[in-house]
Amino acid sequence: MSKSREDGAKKDQSMVIQKEMIANHYKRLERVPETREPVVYTFVPGNLTELVRSFGALPVLPEINALQSGMRKKSGDYIAEAERHGHSEDVCTYVKCDIGMIKAGNIGPTGTRLPKPDLLLLSYTGCYTFMKWFELLREEYDCPTVFFHVPYQGDGILEPEHREYMVRQLHEEVIPALEKATGNSYDEDRLKEYLALSARSEDDLVAVLQSAKQRPSPIDAYFGAVYYVGPIFSAFRGTQEGVNYYKALRQEVEARAAAGLGPVAPSGPMGEEKYRLVVEGPPNWTHFREFWQMFADEGACVVASTYTKVGGTYDFGFRHDPADPLGTQADYCGGCYTNINLPGRIDMLVDYLKAYEADGFVINSVKSCNSFSAGQLMMLREVEKRTGIPGAFIESDLVDPRYFSAANIKNRLESYLQMIDARRAGLSA
Amino acid sequence: MRSVIGIDLGSTTTKAVILDEAGEILGRGITNSRSDYDLAAAVARSEAHTNARFGLLAQAAEGRVKPSQIARLMRAFRLEQTLRQLVRLRELVEEEVEKSGFGGLKPAAASAVAEIFKRIEEEERAFFRNLDPPKRSDFFRDAAGSAYTRIAEELGDPQGVSFDMLLGLYDKCIIRVENEPLDLGFRDHILAALKRIGSPEGLRGAVSMAAETELEEVSTVGTGYGRARLPFPKEQIRSEILCHGLGAHRMFPGTRTVLDIGGQDTKAIQVDDRGLVTSFQMNDRCAAGCGRYLGYIADEMNIGLHELGPMAQKSKRCVKINSTCTVFAGAELRERLSLGEKREDILAGLHRAIILRAMSLLARSGGVFDEFTFTGGVANNHAAVSALEKLVHENYGEKTLNVSPDSIYTGALGAALFGHSLEN
Amino acid sequence: MSRASIAQWAKELYEDLDFSVVRRWRENNPGRKAIGYLPVYAPREILHACGCLPVGIHGGGDRLEIIKGDAFYQSYICHLPRSVIELGQSGRLDMLSGVLFPSTCDVIRNLSGMWKLLYPEHYVRYIDVPQVADPRIATDFWAGELRRLLSDLGELSGHVPGEEELRASLALYNDLRQAIRELYAARSEAPWTVPSEELYLLLRAGELIPPEEFLAKIREYLAAARAEPGRMRDNSRVIVVGSFCEQPPLGLIKTIERAGCYIVDDDFILGNRFLVEDVPLEGDPIEGLAAAFIQSAVKSSVVYEPDPEGKRTLLKAQVEAARADGVIFAAASFCDPALLDRPMLKDGAEKAGIPCIAFKFSENSGQFQQFREQAGTFSDSIKLWGGV
Repeated sequence: MSKSREDGAKKDQSMVIQKEMIANHYKRLERVPETREPVVYTFVPGNLTELVRSFGALPVLPEINALQSGMRKKSGDYIAEAERHGHSEDVCTYVKCDIGMIKAGNIGPTGTRLPKPDLLLLSYTGCYTFMKWFELLREEYDCPTVFFHVPYQGDGILEPEHREYMVRQLHEEVIPALEKATGNSYDEDRLKEYLALSARSEDDLVAVLQSAKQRPSPIDAYFGAVYYVGPIFSAFRGTQEGVNYYKALRQEVEARAAAGLGPVAPSGPMGEEKYRLVVEGPPNWTHFREFWQMFADEGACVVASTYTKVGGTYDFGFRHDPADPLGTQADYCGGCYTNINLPGRIDMLVDYLKAYEADGFVINSVKSCNSFSAGQLMMLREVEKRTGIPGAFIESDLVDPRYFSAANIKNRLESYLQMIDARRAGLSA
Repeated sequence: MRSVIGIDLGSTTTKAVILDEAGEILGRGITNSRSDYDLAAAVARSEAHTNARFGLLAQAAEGRVKPSQIARLMRAFRLEQTLRQLVRLRELVEEEVEKSGFGGLKPAAASAVAEIFKRIEEEERAFFRNLDPPKRSDFFRDAAGSAYTRIAEELGDPQGVSFDMLLGLYDKCIIRVENEPLDLGFRDHILAALKRIGSPEGLRGAVSMAAETELEEVSTVGTGYGRARLPFPKEQIRSEILCHGLGAHRMFPGTRTVLDIGGQDTKAIQVDDRGLVTSFQMNDRCAAGCGRYLGYIADEMNIGLHELGPMAQKSKRCVKINSTCTVFAGAELRERLSLGEKREDILAGLHRAIILRAMSLLARSGGVFDEFTFTGGVANNHAAVSALEKLVHENYGEKTLNVSPDSIYTGALGAALFGHSLEN
Repeated sequence: MSRASIAQWAKELYEDLDFSVVRRWRENNPGRKAIGYLPVYAPREILHACGCLPVGIHGGGDRLEIIKGDAFYQSYICHLPRSVIELGQSGRLDMLSGVLFPSTCDVIRNLSGMWKLLYPEHYVRYIDVPQVADPRIATDFWAGELRRLLSDLGELSGHVPGEEELRASLALYNDLRQAIRELYAARSEAPWTVPSEELYLLLRAGELIPPEEFLAKIREYLAAARAEPGRMRDNSRVIVVGSFCEQPPLGLIKTIERAGCYIVDDDFILGNRFLVEDVPLEGDPIEGLAAAFIQSAVKSSVVYEPDPEGKRTLLKAQVEAARADGVIFAAASFCDPALLDRPMLKDGAEKAGIPCIAFKFSENSGQFQQFREQAGTFSDSIKLWGGV
C-alpha cells in the first residue's frame, strides 16, 4: 500500500507542474481583454510556437481544447451543437467539438473564457481538415488568417526545394502577418533563444520516451505519454517552463526506471508487464481512462506510439536548431508524423517493434481522422508481413462518445492478447 | 467420470459442450440467452448434461432396445420438462390475473387463461404422441409462446378480455419463468419419462446407470459475447475468437480459415495447423451484414427467419444490393418491391450482399485458405452458404467449404477444449 | 452522328470497366504510356506533351462489386478509394504506367503511399498544389512541381517535349476547356437539348480518350444538339455542388432531372474545367501553366480560400451565372472537402435567399427514392414560391 502511495506522489510531481503551467496559460488567456496580449490560434502538427512566442503572442491550439472537452465529457454536446448548425455526422469531430464550443460561449477546458484570435496561423501540416477548420473559424471570428503550406512528404523525404518554399513563406508571409497582428517586429535573437530552449526540452522528452526500451518499461508510451507530450505539443515548446517540466519529468522517469517500476495506470501502478505493445493512431478521449485501463488490466504496456510524434518527431535525431532559425522550423513541420507518407509510417512502426522489443502492435483507427486512418488496414498487413508479428485493429473516435463501443474494443483487445498468449505457449488442442 | 465444460454465452443463444477426460464430446446443450446470464449458463450446462446422459444411456442400451425407443424416451423427457414449465407459467399468469386491475373482467380473464393452458397442454401431449412431429424450436419460450399467442388470438374478445391483455400477461410471466431456476435436469424427470413410455425392460438398467454416473466437472471455461458476466476466474474466460478457431479445428482438422456470422457480429479468423489463431478481423460497431440484418428483413417481410434462405434459393436473377445497413434494410426492400422486383430475387441479392461484407473481412484477415469452415447461425442458411461458395470460388479458387450441422456449438467446443488443455 | 448515338458511344466507354478504349490506344501506339490521375485537378497538358494518354480514374461507380477494396478501408471512409483499389487489384488498371494523386484530401493523399507499395512498377506521384495566398511564392512552387513532373514523365515516356510541343498541348487543352464551356453554355441556354445524363457521359468518356478526339466529339455533339430541338419541360433550374471527387451514380443524375430539376451547372469531374481562363501561350509554357492555376483556378473545396468573403459569395455568383433557381448539395458520404465546406456555402446561399437542399450519396448508391422525393419537392416548391 505504501508503495502505491509513493508511486502516486511521484507521478503527481510532474503532473502538478504541468497542471499549473496549463492553468496559468489559460488564466493568461482569460486576462487578454485587459492585458491586450496578442493571441494566435494554430494547430499542433507544425505549430510554430517559438516564432509565435517570439512576437510576444500567446498560442491557442484548437485540437487541445477539443480533446480536453472530450476528456471532460463535454464534447458530445458540442458536437451535437455543431451538427445542429449544419455539420455532417461524417466529418471530423475535433472540428465539430471546437465549433460547438464556440457556439456555446467559448469556455475553454479549464473553465475560463478563451480570447478571440488576432491571427489564425494555419500551418497546413499533414491534415486536410485544418484548412477547412480555419476557414470555418474565420467565419466565427472574422480575423486575419495566414496560410503556411507544408508540402507533404509524398516521396518519403523533405525535398530541398520544399524546404526553401517553406522558409520563403515564413519570411514573406508568416512573419509579416505576425508583425501586423501583434504590432511587434521580428526578433531573430529572441527566436534563437527560444529554439535553444526547445532543443533542451526535446532531449529530455526523447530520453523519457526511450526509457520504454527498458524492461519493465517505466512509462506507458501512449496513454501515459500523451500527458508527457502535452506541453511540447502545445504552448510550451521553447519556454523555460517547458524546460523545467521536462527536466523534472525525466528525473522522475529515470528514478522509476532505476527502481525497476512500471507505469502508473488510472487505477494505480500497473502489475506485471505481460505484453509490450506498439500503438498506431490517436487515442479516444471521451473514454480515455477506461480505454487505458483495458490495457493495464491485461498487463499490456505500450512501449512506443506514433501518435506521440504528431506534434514533432524527435526520436530519430531531429532537434530545433537555433543556428538556422527558419530552416529548422521547416524541417520540424515537414517531419511531423502525419506529414510522412504511408511507407514511411510503416517503416516507423517496424522500427519501433524491433527497437522496443515489442510483442505486438495495436492500431486504433479513429473515425474522425482520415489523415491517420485511411490506409491503416494496409499498414496492418504490411507491418505483419515485414515483422511476422500479428497486429490488432480496433476502432473508435477522437471525441465523439457515440463511437466508443467498450464491449467491441475490449473483445478485440482481449482476443488479441490471448492470441499472443496462445502463440507463446504453443498450446495445442 | 471426470469432465470439462465449455460455455458460450452468445447474444441470442447460450451453448454448452461437455468433454470427457480423453477430450471426446459427451454432450451439447443450448438455451436462449436471457437477462440472467448465470442462469442461461446453468440451463445450457444442465441441457448438455442431459444430452450427455442420454448418450451414456444409448450406449448402455445398445442392442437391447430399438433406437426409436430411445428417441421416444427423449421426447417423453422433453414433454415432462415442458409440462413442468407450463405449470410454473400458469401459476405466475394466474397470480398476475389476481393482482391485475382487470376489475369486473377478472373471472373472464381467469377462465380464458385456464382455457389457454388446457389447450396448450393438450397440444403438447399430442405433439409427443405424433410419430413424425413437425420441426420446431427447442426453446420453451418459442413453443409455448406461439401456442399461447395463437390461442389467445382466438379467445381474445375486443369488448372484454382482449388479445392484448392476454398477451401482456404472457410477456410479463415468461421472463420470470426463464429467469427462475427450475428443476429441469435429467434426474428430475427421467423416471417420469420412462414411466410415460411404459418402462420398457431393456431401458430400465440403462436409465439408472445414466442417472447414477457422476459427471465431475474439473474445469469450466466460458466464452462469447457475455463472457465477462460469467462468474469465472479470469484464466477460465477465453475470447470467442480463439474458441471459434479451436472449435473449428476440432470439427474439421484441416481448417485454416474460419468465418463466423452470428447475430451481432461477423468474424474472419485464420488458424494454424493446431487451431491457434494467427489473425482475425471483426465487423465494426455497426451490425450491417450480420445475422441481425436477416432478422430485420424477415420481420419486414413478415416471414420466419428460417424461410428466408429457401425463398432466396428460388431466385433465377439475383438483384444487386449495395447496402447492408440495418437501418435502411426496410427502405431498400420496399423500394425494390415497388420497382416490381421479385421477392426471391431481392432476397438472393440480400444474401449475396451479406456475404460480400464477410468477404471483405476475410480479405482483411488475410484471405481464404484451404480448408474453409463456416460457422454461426447464418451457416444454417443454405442461400448464404451457396453465395459464399460462389464468391470464394471466384476470388480464391477451389476450396473445401466445411459446414457442420453442429456449427452453433463451435465456440462452446473451443472453450471446452481450452478447459481440457488447462487440465492436461 | 446523332446526339443519341454519341451518347450511346459515351455510355459504352463509361460502362466499360476494363478500359478497353485505353488498352486499344496502347496497342495502336506502341511504346507510348497511359498515365492515370485521380480527382480533382491534374496538369494533363504535361502528360499529353510527353506523349502519354491521360486517363481519369473515377472509381467503378455502381457497376463494380467491391470484394478486395473493402479490405483496405474502414466503413467510415468514402467509397471512391475502395473501388479504385478494386480496379487495381482486379488487374483492370494494368495498362497504366503511372498514377498521379492530386492533393484533394487525406484519403487520396494516403492512397498515393498505398499505391507505391501495391504497384512498385508504377510511377506514383502525389501532386501537392499550392495553397498560399502570395501569387509569386505559389507560382514558383507550382512551376517547380510541374517541372519535376515534366522531368519524371519525360524520363518515363522517353520523350522530353520541347517548348513548342508543350505550347501545343497547352493550346489543345485551352480549346478543350473552351469546348466544354460551350457545352455547359448550351445546356444552360436550353437544358432540354443537352440532357444532363448525356453531358455527363460525354465528360466521362473524355476522361479515357486522347484530348484531340474528345474535342472532336464535343463539337460533333454540339452540332447534333443544335440540330435536334428537343422538348422543353416545366422544370426548375438548379446547380449541383459537392460532387467534384467521388462521382454520383448515373441514376442519381437522371433522378434529379426526372424529378423536375434541370442541372444547369455542376461540379462533376471538375478537373477538366479547373482552369477558368486560357493558359497563356507566350513565354515559358511551364510558368504559364503554373500562373494559370494561381490566377484562374476555379473556386473549390480543395484549394484554400484566402478571401474571407469567398465562401459566402461563391454560390450566389454561381447561381447568378447559371441563372439557376436553387442549389442541390450532393456530396459523397464521408467526403471531407465537400461536407466541411457545406455549412459555409449553405449559409452564404441562404443569406442570399437561394433555396438549398442537401443529400449524401455514394458512387454505388442503389436507391434513389429519397433523392427523387427530395428533388421533386424542391422543384415543386421553387415553382410555387419562386427561386432566387
